[in-house]
Amino acid sequence: MPLETVRTEAGRAPAATTRTEARERAARNRRLGVHAARAGVLAAFLGLWEVCARADVIDPFNFSQPSRIWDQIWQWVSHGTAQGPLGEQIGYTLYEALSGWVIGVTGGVLLGIALGRVRFLADVFGPYIKVLNAIPRIVLAPIFLIWFGLGPASKVASAVVLVFFPVFFNAFQGAREVDRNLVANARILGADNRRVTLQVVIPAATTWIFTSLHVSFGFALIGAIVGEYIGATKGLGLLVAAAQGTFNAAGVYAAMTILAVVALLTEGLLTFAEKKLFRWKPADAGDGR
Amino acid sequence: MTDTPAIELTGATKRFRTPSGALHTAVRDLDLTVAQGEFVAVVGPTGCGKSTTLTLVSGLEEPTEGEVRVYGEPVRGIDPKVGFVFQQDAVFPWRTVLSNVMAGPRFRGVPTAEARERARDWLGRVGLAAFEDRYPHQLSGGMRKRVALAQTFVNDPSILLMDEPFSALDVQTRALMSDQLLELWAGTGSSVVFVTHDLDEAIALADRVVVMTAGPATVKEVFTVDLPRPRTVEAVRLEPRFVELYREIWASLGEEVRITRERGAGRAA
Repeated sequence: MPLETVRTEAGRAPAATTRTEARERAARNRRLGVHAARAGVLAAFLGLWEVCARADVIDPFNFSQPSRIWDQIWQWVSHGTAQGPLGEQIGYTLYEALSGWVIGVTGGVLLGIALGRVRFLADVFGPYIKVLNAIPRIVLAPIFLIWFGLGPASKVASAVVLVFFPVFFNAFQGAREVDRNLVANARILGADNRRVTLQVVIPAATTWIFTSLHVSFGFALIGAIVGEYIGATKGLGLLVAAAQGTFNAAGVYAAMTILAVVALLTEGLLTFAEKKLFRWKPADAGDGR
Repeated sequence: MTDTPAIELTGATKRFRTPSGALHTAVRDLDLTVAQGEFVAVVGPTGCGKSTTLTLVSGLEEPTEGEVRVYGEPVRGIDPKVGFVFQQDAVFPWRTVLSNVMAGPRFRGVPTAEARERARDWLGRVGLAAFEDRYPHQLSGGMRKRVALAQTFVNDPSILLMDEPFSALDVQTRALMSDQLLELWAGTGSSVVFVTHDLDEAIALADRVVVMTAGPATVKEVFTVDLPRPRTVEAVRLEPRFVELYREIWASLGEEVRITRERGAGRAA
C-alpha cells in the first residue's frame, strides 16, 4: 500500500492524487459504516431479546435468552453433550451431509447432462423425473429410517434425494441451453460428439451447475438434520431432538446457532472454489449491491 | 490442381419447420459455383437466407432438395476442409486465447506440442502473440474476432465460409479486419464465401459479388469485380471503377431490399 502511494505521487499531478485518496477514504469509510451498522443490528436484536427475557416480557422458558444459549454452547464445548463430545456431533452431521451431497451432485450432474444431450433419454425419463420431483421428499425420511436403520445411511439417503433434483434440473437446463454457435464452431473445428460433450457442453453448463451447488448444500444439511431428528444415535439433529425432549429451549437454539455457523463456513468454501474455477468469467458488475 | 469447382450448389433448397409448425423456405433452387482460390461475396437483404447457404456448404445442415458438392464430392456431414467464421462470438470463453486457437488441431488429433506451435504462429500473424494467456472476456470485440480468424486459419481450410464476420465491429475496426483478412487469405489459396449485408465490404474484398433475392433466397445476379489485387479497403473505395460497380450492384440489390422492407411493413401493420 505505501509503495503504491509513492508511485502515484511521483507519476501524477498532486490534485489527482488527493482526489484518488479522497475517493479511497470515502469507500473505506462506507465499508466501515456498513460493518458497524451490521454489528449494531445484531447487538440490538440480542440485547432486546435478553432484556425482554429478564424483564419477563417474554417467557424465557419458551423463548430462552441469548445468555442461556451462550452458556449452553459453552457447556457443550467444554464438557461435551449427552451423546458425546460436540465435535463428534458436528463431524457426524457434516459427514452425512457431505456424503449425501457428493452422491446427489454426482448423480444429478451425470443424469442431467446425459438427458440434456440425448433427446431419447429425455423423452423417456422426463415424465418420471417430474413425478418424483412432485413428491414432497422430506416425508421420505421416515421411510429411509425403516430401510437403512438409525445409522448414517438413512441420513445420507434423505440428503441425496433433496440434493439430486435441483442439481439435476440445473445440469439438464445447462446442457440444453449451450450456445448453439459454440457447438457449431466446435464441430466445424473437428470435434466429435464426445468432445463436444466434454469440452463444450460440460464447461458451458458449469455455471448453471454451480448455482445449484450453493442451494443444494443447504438441502444436504437439511436432509441430514431431519434424518437425525427423526431417529439417530449421533449428530446435531439429535441434539435438537434431545433438547426439545427435555424442554430445553436454550439447547434447541444453541444447536441451531452451531448449524448456522457450519452452513456459513461451508458456503464460504464453495464460493472460494467457484472463484478459482471461474477465472474465465468476467467479474460480477456491482458485486451484488 | 484440376478445374473442379471448390463449391457447387445445384438446385439447393432448404425448408425449416418453424416452432408454430409452418414450413419456412429459407433457400429456394439455388445454383452457385465457386472456383478454387476464388473469393465470392454474397449480399442480400437481411434475413433472406444467406446464412443458410453457408450452413449447407459446411455440412451443419443438409439441403431438403438439390445437391451440394465440395471438390466434386457430395457433402455428407462436416468436411474437414471447411473453416467457418461465425457472426457472433463463437470462441470458447473458458479457454485462453492460445488454447482457443489450439482447439481445432487438438480436436483433429494433432499432438499438443505441434498444435501449440501452429497456434502461436497464427496468433503472431493476427498480432495477438502477447495476449495468448488472456481469456476472451478480457479482449476487445476486434481482438476476439482475430482469435476467431486464427482459430479457423490454423486448420488450413481450403474452403472458408464467413457469415457476416465483422458486422458486430465498429467501422474503423471493420476496415482493419478486412485488410487483415485479405492478407491472411492471400497466402493460402483457399476459396472464400463471404456473406455480408455491407455492399462496400463485398466489393472491396471479392472477386465476384452474388446478389440474392428477398427470401426465400436464390441467386438474382452475379457481378465480377475487376479491381486489381492486392487491394487495401480504404484505397480501393476511392477508385472510380469501385463507385461504378457499387452503383450497378446497388441497382440490383436495392430492389430486393425494398421488397423485404415492404413485407416487413406489411407484417407490422
